[in-house]
Amino acid sequence: MICLGIEGTAHSIGVGIIKDVKGHCHILSNLIKTYKPEKGGIHPREAANHHATYIADLISESVQKAGVDFADIDLVSFSQGPGLGPCLRTAATAARALALTLEKPIMGVNHCVAHLEIGRGTVRGCTDPVLLYVSGANTQVIAFAEGKYRVFGETLDIGIGNCLDKFGRAIGLEFPCGPKIEELAKKGSRYLPLPYSIKGMDIAFSGLLTAAENYVSKGQSLEDVCYSMQETTFAMLTEVTERAMAHTEKQEVLLGGGVASNKRLREMVEMMARDRGATFFVPSRDVCVDNGAMIAWLGFLMYDSGLRMSIGESIINQRYRTDMVEVSWRG
Amino acid sequence: MAKKILYRGAEAEICLSKYMGKTVVQKRRVKKAYRIKEIDTLLIASRTKEEAKLIAESRSYGVSVPLLYDINLAKGIITMEYLAGKRVKDILNSLDESERKQICRKIGESIARLHNHEIIHGDITTSNMILFNDRIYFIDFGLGCKNGEMEAKGVDLHVLMEAFESTHSKYSHCFEYVFEGYKKQFRGDASAVMKKIEDIVRRGRYR
Repeated sequence: MICLGIEGTAHSIGVGIIKDVKGHCHILSNLIKTYKPEKGGIHPREAANHHATYIADLISESVQKAGVDFADIDLVSFSQGPGLGPCLRTAATAARALALTLEKPIMGVNHCVAHLEIGRGTVRGCTDPVLLYVSGANTQVIAFAEGKYRVFGETLDIGIGNCLDKFGRAIGLEFPCGPKIEELAKKGSRYLPLPYSIKGMDIAFSGLLTAAENYVSKGQSLEDVCYSMQETTFAMLTEVTERAMAHTEKQEVLLGGGVASNKRLREMVEMMARDRGATFFVPSRDVCVDNGAMIAWLGFLMYDSGLRMSIGESIINQRYRTDMVEVSWRG
Repeated sequence: MAKKILYRGAEAEICLSKYMGKTVVQKRRVKKAYRIKEIDTLLIASRTKEEAKLIAESRSYGVSVPLLYDINLAKGIITMEYLAGKRVKDILNSLDESERKQICRKIGESIARLHNHEIIHGDITTSNMILFNDRIYFIDFGLGCKNGEMEAKGVDLHVLMEAFESTHSKYSHCFEYVFEGYKKQFRGDASAVMKKIEDIVRRGRYR
């Protein structure tokens, strides 16, 4: 089965085409275009305009790159939520138009679950992981338990990526700030204490963000503040992930989301896994970030398990929670 | 001293050991290679100290907790009484409804006793409760603190509510029994705590 997936929850619009090969996800093409605000954070309407500008061309290019014909596509899936309303609507509209034109079925999928499933689908050996999903808006520890993907821990205020971006903007870095903070942190060496905020398996970043900004305004070196910020936030993330692994008694950990590109975070989660005798997995970068292939793959899994969606049911849900999804494709 | 690891948690090992001829449990906080020494040392020492203080205090307010025998801050070791019971996590789903209700009420009463004295457990899950001699023992105060604010009490109970939803999803209504017990023992305004919990749920992402 060949499935085309459209991702459009936030700053990226992506079109991916996948084929299932013996239960694994074979990616035929996966194109992404990212909206970069001139200043400040993501403006939802501007981002949606960006997506509307590029989506038609991206679909054609993706089909071409995949080496298939439009007629070969068996299913169109799209990110139904969670995300920014205008962006979700743009992607959903494109998906509906495409499905109706091709006279092929449509499937709306949960973006967070797609991040987990693409790990299981593309990384050999990854079968039942605890996912640490770290992106701009989302920071969740997700695992499969009692028939659903459940959130074992999550941020109580802002996502880790958002925390890094907000800090980056305050010190004059360009969006996305994570990679630049990572570079600065490599040159830092002096640890400046920051609030370490864990509540059960949940975490909070806003107090730490304020404290970090205060260090900068008091003249501490940017390198040291970035270093301290990464060390503290990533230790918190690694700790809650480990707590979820202990709680669910799972032996695999998977990273996902844009912040999973950070080498220091990878290193820390990998060390934690090794010390527990667990296995660490991280998908390739192009499927870690928001992308169409993961949407296509989850669409396929859902359709293949017998689920169907009418155009009328394809309404977006900005607050589509991970644990709202009935997982029919896993035993 | 010979040690037998009973359980390897996320931050500590629970070992069976001997102390003055008695079988005891040792909670040993392990160094984490993934975090820098500065953070590791600070977390291990402060959590060991805080936990021991909270256990001792909780006992004085009538909450069942293990007896403390020894505390080593530098090594991050707490030596305490061995409770030969069962984790509530492991038994709750298999009990009959009236037993489940009774246990949940007891849990709520104990949480209220803690909150009456501004003790926040910080990680109230059913993995951290042991049923032993008909009592619910609270263990692992590792993320606890002293805090009298409504918010802290709300977050504390919310952790348990989430645990019911994730680990005992068929019995998530049991949180209501917990709250009945809580209401009975809590000296403050229990409905204000419930309102706080609802606030926290709503504040969570995508609710």
